[in-house]
Parts: sequence; structure tokens; C-alpha cells
Amino acid sequence: MTLELQKPRPIWQIMFSTHHTDVGLLYLISSLTFLFLGGSLALAIRAELFLPGSQIIADSMTFNRIFTVHGTTLIFLFIIPFASAVGNYYVPIMVRYKDMAYPKLNAIAFWMIPPAGVLIWLGFADFTWYATPPYSIISAPGPAADMWIFGLKILGISSVLGALNFVVTILKCKHPDMSIGQIPLLAWSFLSSSLIIIVAIPTFAAALLMLLTDRLGVSGFFNPAMGGDPIAYAHLFWFTFHPEVYVLVIPAIGMMYEIIPRFSRKPIYSYNSGIFAFVMLSLVGFSSWAHHMYATGMSFTEKTVFMVGTLAAVPASAMHVFNFVATMWNARIRFSTPMMWAVGGIALFFSAGAGGVVNSAMPLDFTTHDTYWVVGHFHLFVMGTIAFGSLGFLYYMFPYVTGRLYNETLGKIHFILAFIGTVLVFFTQHILGLYGMPRRIYDYPPIPEWIAMNQIASIGAMIIGTSMVIFLANMIYSAGKGKLADTDDPFGLGGKYYYPFEAKNPSH
Amino acid sequence: MSGHSNWPEWIYVTVVIALMAWVGAEAWEAERLVEHVPEDAKTIIVTGQQWFWTFEHEDGTKEIGELHVEVGKAYKFEVVSKDVNHSFNIHDYVVLMDAIPGRVNTVWFAPDKVGEHDIQCREYCGLIHYNMRGKLYVEEPSH
Ligand code: HEM
Ligand SMILES: [Cu+2]
Ligand SMILES: [Cu+2]
Repeated sequence: MTLELQKPRPIWQIMFSTHHTDVGLLYLISSLTFLFLGGSLALAIRAELFLPGSQIIADSMTFNRIFTVHGTTLIFLFIIPFASAVGNYYVPIMVRYKDMAYPKLNAIAFWMIPPAGVLIWLGFADFTWYATPPYSIISAPGPAADMWIFGLKILGISSVLGALNFVVTILKCKHPDMSIGQIPLLAWSFLSSSLIIIVAIPTFAAALLMLLTDRLGVSGFFNPAMGGDPIAYAHLFWFTFHPEVYVLVIPAIGMMYEIIPRFSRKPIYSYNSGIFAFVMLSLVGFSSWAHHMYATGMSFTEKTVFMVGTLAAVPASAMHVFNFVATMWNARIRFSTPMMWAVGGIALFFSAGAGGVVNSAMPLDFTTHDTYWVVGHFHLFVMGTIAFGSLGFLYYMFPYVTGRLYNETLGKIHFILAFIGTVLVFFTQHILGLYGMPRRIYDYPPIPEWIAMNQIASIGAMIIGTSMVIFLANMIYSAGKGKLADTDDPFGLGGKYYYPFEAKNPSH
Repeated sequence: MSGHSNWPEWIYVTVVIALMAWVGAEAWEAERLVEHVPEDAKTIIVTGQQWFWTFEHEDGTKEIGELHVEVGKAYKFEVVSKDVNHSFNIHDYVVLMDAIPGRVNTVWFAPDKVGEHDIQCREYCGLIHYNMRGKLYVEEPSH
């Protein structure tokens, strides 16, 4: 399978192209750029929290802006565009079509991302990644807040356009010889996550407009001083963003479905159970949004309903883990770099889910809610599962995209350091939460346990930072000077048999 | 893979479902008990505002940043906010309730030991959120 091995072309030919692998490359480059930008902000946060007192960030306003832009950047400008990059490269090939269904729309969806990123970064808002009113209406300084709102608006439209394109490409453009029950699980993951986007995003899009008019003072939807209700925003927000967490994680699971059987040199244990679990997550993901709101004063009945809705999604997540482990069982596994990332990612996915169950159980959530526990919980997903799956997949794609091999030793060092760092940062943050440290604080009292845990977490973050420098060097060097890859079997798995989806794209 | 029997996965999924049902049932039962406010609980009105807590006792006395209560008695907090969202938290007693403008949220506790505990804000509320802290003093009953 060859993704794009053309003679080197000048950058503007790629920028003005609508071909799916070109757009994929653009997505890839921009998402990785934002990964490094957002990651640097994380290092600043961890350096600041290394000790009580002010360390490297001058004041709390700057700190608040930094964590807001950190979260916004990594979720909306790294994770989602990275998935789109992979989808652009792979989905058309997997359904054996010449391109995405609507190539121009595809390029437009991509080109909405850089201006949105610029708005978010130039504004540097301070109201956290969920912009909760009434703070975001009456307290958050403009124009930063307004720029954030417009940035997110644009990103939402871009996501929906991208999602429509994937759905049509998969359902309408797949080769007539293939049934929907034959497309690879990676393509299934894009189908599921795209459908979630289309159903979930419009709600937040509406909430954003209401937030904007509230800020302008012409409406008071969420402003209690004008008879509005901030809780209404919380419902609209989480109705979009709980399903959205599955939008983030499902493509990463799809990438693992591509890597794990390949490097286990076995077919996936159960293709059907993979599809079933994707579909279940997409549906049940809509029944749990208010588990983010247990402490807002909901009634016992409401809390119970949303707890049940949350727990109902756990078996489907667990099925993916089972499928992976069963595939690796008794297999002749080759632990190349992509496989290490995938296996590490599954281990962290499992721990993250276990912590999530604790959050769901309503009385326990009053211990964990809005403490560092929650920060640890979702980072085990966004970093431990999604970034791990994505980075593993990037190593996996690398020879197909560049025609060259990355340096395997450096790839493994990158993984080992990042894994150690991730455990140090995010397991520790769970403990920090149990000690009661609230999230989103610029400074903290010198409680010995808090200091110790913060220091471990900060050291872990520096280890991850180091690993990312190694990664960057490896990618840049190997793309130009790496060993030439045998694109029929770049990982030496021993034969074409292990690359079942190499079916040549008829129009390539 | 087609054609092979999938019983290990069925067993596994059943176990996970059973486990979740058990977690849910335990949580339901525990929450039902903690939510039941004792009849004789005294009311304390807790007001969050940027960036401090005010406590008003039943007899009208007010405290700012400090809360004095008596050991062995039950207290019901009525949590309100004057500006943006906050979250009233005494971590040592697992007391957590959002202060949301326009709403009155209630939560209760009954301190069982004399001592001092931290009070903090656990919902982001702006500039000094990090230092929106207070102290709870649990004391012997005065006569
Ligand atoms: C086993 C599945 C999961 C369960 C049971 C679960 C449960 C929960 C619960 C109950 C909360 C609310 C915690 C609180 O604020 O007190 C939460 C927060 C969160 N979860 Fe999960 N979760 C699961 C999977 C995921 C996945 C797959 C992702 C992301 C890809 C994710 C991302 C998040 C995020 C981002 C938050 C916090 C958002 C914030 O407050 O900023 N979760 N989770
Ligand atoms: Cu959620
Ligand atoms: Cu606060």
C-alpha cells in the first residue's frame, strides 16, 4: 500500500491541492504543529506548579489563559485534525474510491482550521475550555473571549463538513463489490465518530451563539441577572462534549485496530464485535452527559439516570480492550515502535476507564469532581490513549508517506520515555485529587503531600517533553535522510499477507 | 474472524455488565443515604462571591472566610452565589456543592471530631480562584 510517493513537489502545489493525501498531509502538519504549541503550554503549567508560590508565570490571569489555550489547542487543533489526517489518507483507499466524496469541501474544511487556531492563540482567553457562564458572560475579558467563541464556531463548522464528507465517502462511494460489513475497522471508526459529530456538534454551535449574544448584552439566556440559567449552558455544552469524547477516542481505537492485528500477524479476534462496540459507543455516548454535573444541584433521580447512562457505555469500551488482548493472545507479535504505542495505549485506556467508573458512581464523584483526579482521568484518555494511538499510527504511516524508515531505536526511546512520563504525571494527578487539590489553580498552600505529588507530576511532564524532542528530530531527519523503505513490507513482518488492505486504489 | 465460537467474549461482557450493575447499585444506595438531611440540622447560608465565602448562621451571625460549628451536630448548607459559579468544598468531609447564581443548592454534614479543616472553592471562578480558601473550626459545644 502506498499512500503518497510522488516526486517532491513545491509546497504550494500541496496547499492548493484537493487530493485526499495532500489534504491529509496538510492536516498532519498543522495538527503536529499545534501538538508542540499546546504541549509547550503544558510544560509551563507543570513548571509553575512544581512548588507553591509563583515560579515562572507572573500572575494568575496569565496562568488561567495558559491552561485554557492548552486544553482548547490539544483537543480541537491536535486530536481532531490528526484524526482527519489519518481519515483522509486511509478512508478513500479502504473503501476503494479515488478520493473523498467532495474534494473541494474537504480542502475547505481543512483551511478553516488555521484561521481558527490564529483566533484562539491571538485572543488567549481565560475562561477554561468550557467557557462556563456567567463567568464567560460577565467576567471574562474581551476581545479574547469573543475570539475564542469565533474560533470554536469555525472549528465546529469544519468538523461537521469533514464528518459529512467521511459519511458520504464511506456509505456512497465505497466500491460496489464491498459491503459495509467488509470495510476495515479503521473506516468503521470514522463512520461512527463522524455520525456522532453530526448529531452532537449543532447543540454546542447554538450554545456558542447564545453565549456571544449574552456577552453583547442583547440576550440573557445564561445570565441570571437577566433571568437566564447557567445550568442550561452546562446541559447544552455537555450534550455535545460527552459524545465528543467518543469522537476523540474512537478514531484512535480504529488506528489500534489497524496496528495490532498487523503486528500480531493474525487477523483481528472479532471484526463484528469491533463494529458492535463502535456502534454501541456512538449510541450510548448520548445518554450520559450530565455526569459532569452531579455537583450542580441535580435531583437524586437525575443523577441516577445519568449514572446508569454512563455505566452503560463501559461494556462497549471494555469489548475493544478484550478484542485487542484476544488478538495478541498466542500471537507472534513483533514489537516495532507502532505496536509498542498501541499496546501502551490500551493499557492506559483500561486504567482511564477504571477511573471513569469511580467518577460515575455519584457519591464518589463528590471526592473527585473538579480536583486533579479528573485532570488525571481524562488525560489518560487524551494523552495515554489518543495521543499514544495517534503517535503509534504516525510511525506506522511514516514509511508509506515518505518512502523512508524512521529510526527504530529513537522511536522506541520516544515511547518508553513518554510512557514513563505519562504514568508519572497522570497517575499522580489521580492521587493529588484524592488529597483534595482543586484543578485550575495557579498556586496552592504548602501541604506536603500536594508538593510531593506536584513535583512527581512536573518531572513526568519534563520526561514527556524530552521524548517529544527526540520524536521531532527523528521525524525531520528520517523524512529526508532515513533508510529507504520496502513499501511492501516496511516493518519486516514477513510478507504481504499481513497488509490485508493494500488493495491498490484503482485510480492511483 | 468468522466461524469460531465467541464464548470467552460473552463471559467477559457478562462479567463487566454485572460489575457495573453492582457499582451502580452500591452508589445508588449510598447516595440515597447521604442525601437524607436530618430533621434537626441547623441551616447555614453559604454565599460564594469573587473570591471569598460568607457564612450566615440561623441566629443571623455572619462569618467571612471562617466557619465555626459544634461537634456532633448536623448542619445543612444552603449554597448560593452572588456573581459567577463557585463550588463550596470541605474535602475532609466530602462536602461539595456548586454555588450557582439564581439557585439555592443544599448539602449537609455532621462533624464528628473536634478539629480544623480547609474550605476551598472547587469551581473555576476567575482571577483569585486559586486562593478562595477558608477554614472550618469544629469545636466543643459552648454552654
Ligand atoms: C469508561 C468510560 C468513561 C467513563 C465511565 C467516564 C466517566 C467520566 C465522568 C463521570 C466524568 C466527570 C468527572 C467529573 O467532572 O467529576 C468524566 C470526565 C471527563 N472524561 Fe470521562 N469517562 C469515560 C471515558 C472517557 C473518554 C473515552 C474520554 C475522552 C476521550 C473522556 C474524557 C473526559 C473528559 C475530557 C472529562 C472532563 C472534562 C472536564 O471537566 O474538563 N472520558 N468522565
Ligand atoms: Cu463525560
Ligand atoms: Cu473558584
